[in-house]
Amino acid sequence: MAKELKLMKGNEAIAEAAIRAGSDAYFGYPITPQSEVIEYLMAEKPHERTGMVVLQAESELAAINMVYGAAGTGKKVWTSSSSPGISLKQEGISYIAGSELPCVIVNVVRGGPGLGTIQPSQADYFQATKGGGHGDYHLLVLAPASVQEMADFIGDAFDLAFKYRGPVMILSDGVIGQMMEKVYLKEQVPRLSDDEIAEKYPWATIGKPASRERNIITSLDLDSSKMELHNIHLQSKYRQMEEEEVRFEKINCDDADYLFVAYGSSARICQKSIQLAAEKGIKVGLLRPITLFPFPKKQISEMADKVKGILSVEMSAGQMIEDVKLAVNGRVKVEHFGRYGGIIPTPAEVVDALIEKIIGE
Amino acid sequence: MKFEDIIKKENLIYKKTPLMTDNTLSYCPGCGHGTAHRITMEIVEEMGIVQDTIGIAPVGCSVLAYEFMNVDMTQAAHGRAPAVATGIKRCWPDKFVFTYQGDGDLAAIGTAETIHACNRGENITIIFINNGIYGMTGGQMAPTTIEGMRSSTSPYGRDAALMGHPLKMTELVAQLPGTCFVTRQAVHTPSAVRKAKKAIRKAFELQKEKKGTTFVEIVSNCNSGWKMTPVQANKWMVDNMFPFFPLGDIKVPE
Ligand SMILES: Cc1ncc(C[n+]2csc(CCOP(=O)(O)OP(=O)(O)O)c2C)c(N)n1
Ligand code: SF4
Repeated sequence: MAKELKLMKGNEAIAEAAIRAGSDAYFGYPITPQSEVIEYLMAEKPHERTGMVVLQAESELAAINMVYGAAGTGKKVWTSSSSPGISLKQEGISYIAGSELPCVIVNVVRGGPGLGTIQPSQADYFQATKGGGHGDYHLLVLAPASVQEMADFIGDAFDLAFKYRGPVMILSDGVIGQMMEKVYLKEQVPRLSDDEIAEKYPWATIGKPASRERNIITSLDLDSSKMELHNIHLQSKYRQMEEEEVRFEKINCDDADYLFVAYGSSARICQKSIQLAAEKGIKVGLLRPITLFPFPKKQISEMADKVKGILSVEMSAGQMIEDVKLAVNGRVKVEHFGRYGGIIPTPAEVVDALIEKIIGE
Repeated sequence: MKFEDIIKKENLIYKKTPLMTDNTLSYCPGCGHGTAHRITMEIVEEMGIVQDTIGIAPVGCSVLAYEFMNVDMTQAAHGRAPAVATGIKRCWPDKFVFTYQGDGDLAAIGTAETIHACNRGENITIIFINNGIYGMTGGQMAPTTIEGMRSSTSPYGRDAALMGHPLKMTELVAQLPGTCFVTRQAVHTPSAVRKAKKAIRKAFELQKEKKGTTFVEIVSNCNSGWKMTPVQANKWMVDNMFPFFPLGDIKVPE
C-alpha cells in the first residue's frame, strides 16, 4: 500500500500506522477514550494483512505482561490504554524497563484521580516522565499534538525502543485520540521474519540453540553490587537520550517577548492563543516539547534569556511547570495555567492568564 | 577406582540432564522444587525440543528457576506468568512455552491470569507447585493452605470462616473448555516422580498438537515453611494434603 491521505481519529490513525510500521503484536484492554485502538485493529484483521497478533486481554495487568513476554522474544509489540489502565500497568512497565525490553505503550490520558472522568487531560505527566512504577527508570516519552503525529510517532517509538532496548511511551490525550484530522499514512513496512529476529536480537528468548548459552530475561539480581551496576547502566541510557533524542518545536519564538511552553493538545490551543495575543499587540511564542523525557531543558533555558516571562500551559494542576522551572532556574517569571478534571481551556482563557499572571496590569 | 571407571558406559545407570545447570540449587534440602525442575528439564531433553522451548519463572521460591533450567527463560512478575507465556506463544505458536509457578503465584495474585489463559485455551503448559504455603516470603498462608494448617499468618491454623476456604485451582481449571489435560501429581517417592514425569511429557506432547492448555499440579512439600524435617514433611503431605488434593488425572483429552 502506498502513502495515502485519510480522515481518521487519532486512535484509529495510531492503530493503522502501527500495522504499517510492521508491528508484530498488540495486547490491550478497552477503556475510554482509547477503545477505538483495539476496535480498529480487530476490524482490520491485521493477522490476515501482515500476520500481526491482536489480543484482548483480561485486564491491563495481563496486557502489559503479554507485552513483556512478547517483547522478550524480539517482537515489535505494543499496548495502549488510558490513565487508570496505565496505573494498573506500572508494575509491568517497571519490569520491562528493568529487564531492558523494547516496547511501546500508548496513554490516551483522561482526567483523574481515581476513575476520574472520560474527558481529556494531561494530568499523567508526572507518572509518564518521572518513572511511573517502582525503581529508578524512565520511559522515553513522545507527545503527539495532532492525528498526523499519532500516526508518525508509533514507528519512531518502535525505532527508539529498539535503539535503547526500553519502553517508549506515547503520551497522548483524549482530544488527540478522539478528534478527526487528515493524516498521511506511510507505506507498509514488512514484519521481520523469525530468522531475522534471531539474527538481529541475540538476547531474545526464542529457544536455545546449541550454539549459544541460554538467554534469560529478568530484572532480578539479589547481589546489590551487581544491581547498582545495572542501575548505573540504565542511567547511562537516560543520559544518552538527553544528548541525542530531545525533540521540540518552536513557533513564533524569534522576536517573542513572552513564551508559552505546552505539549499535546495544549500546544494546539496555544497556537490560537498566539494569534489572539498578537491582535492585542502581545508578542508571544510557543515552545512545544515533543519529547517530554528527555525534556528540552537547553532550549527552554535559551529562551529564558530572551523573554520576559513564561507560561506553562497544561491540562493539569501544574506538572510540567516543575521541569520548566528547573530549566529556567529563576531567571524569569514562570507561571502555570491549566484547566483540569477533563476541562479543555479556551485560547482566550490562555491569553487572559498570560496577561494576568505574567505581563501584569 | 578412577572417576572415569565409575562412569563407564556399562556402569552408568543415571545421568544428570545437561538441561539442569551446575549452579547450586537455592532450595532447602528436601524441597520438592528441585525434583520438579529436573523432571521438567528431562522431558525437554528427551523430546529434543530445547531449541524451541521457553520457560517462565514466577515470583516465589522458584524465581531463580532460570539459574537452574538450562533453557531460554523469562522471569515474570508475581502471578503474571500465564500472561507472559501468552504473549510469547501468540507470537511464536510453534514453540514450546511453559510456566512454572507456586500456589501463591498461580492461585492468589495470579488467579485471573491463570483462569483466562486456560479459558482461552492457550497452547502452553502450566506446572503448578502446590506446597500449601508461601515458601519464599517465610511461610505465610497460601490460597491452598488446608483448613487447620498453621502458617505465619494463620498461626492458630487456617480458620475457613475467617480466612476463606482452601482453593482447588486444578479442579477449577478442569471445568474450562480451554484446558485439554489437567492432572495432579506429586514427587515425594520414586514412583510418584515417574508418574509426574509421564504427566509432564504428556502435557508437552499435547502442547505440540495445539490441543489447548495443559495443566500439571504437583502437590509438594515446604519443609522449611511447615517447620518440619523433610521426612516429616513428606509424611504430613501424604496424610493431610493428599486427602484434600487427591492425586490423579482430572481431565484427559478424548
Ligand atoms: C506484587 C508482589 N507482591 C508480593 C510479593 C512478595 N512475594 C514474593 S514470593 C511470594 C509468595 C510466593 O509463594 P508461592 O507462589 O506459593 O511460591 P513458593 O515460594 O511457595 O514456591 C510473595 C507474596 C512480590 N514479589 N510481588
Ligand atoms: S522455603 Fe519451602 S518451597 Fe522454598 S525452597 Fe525451602 S522448602 Fe522449598
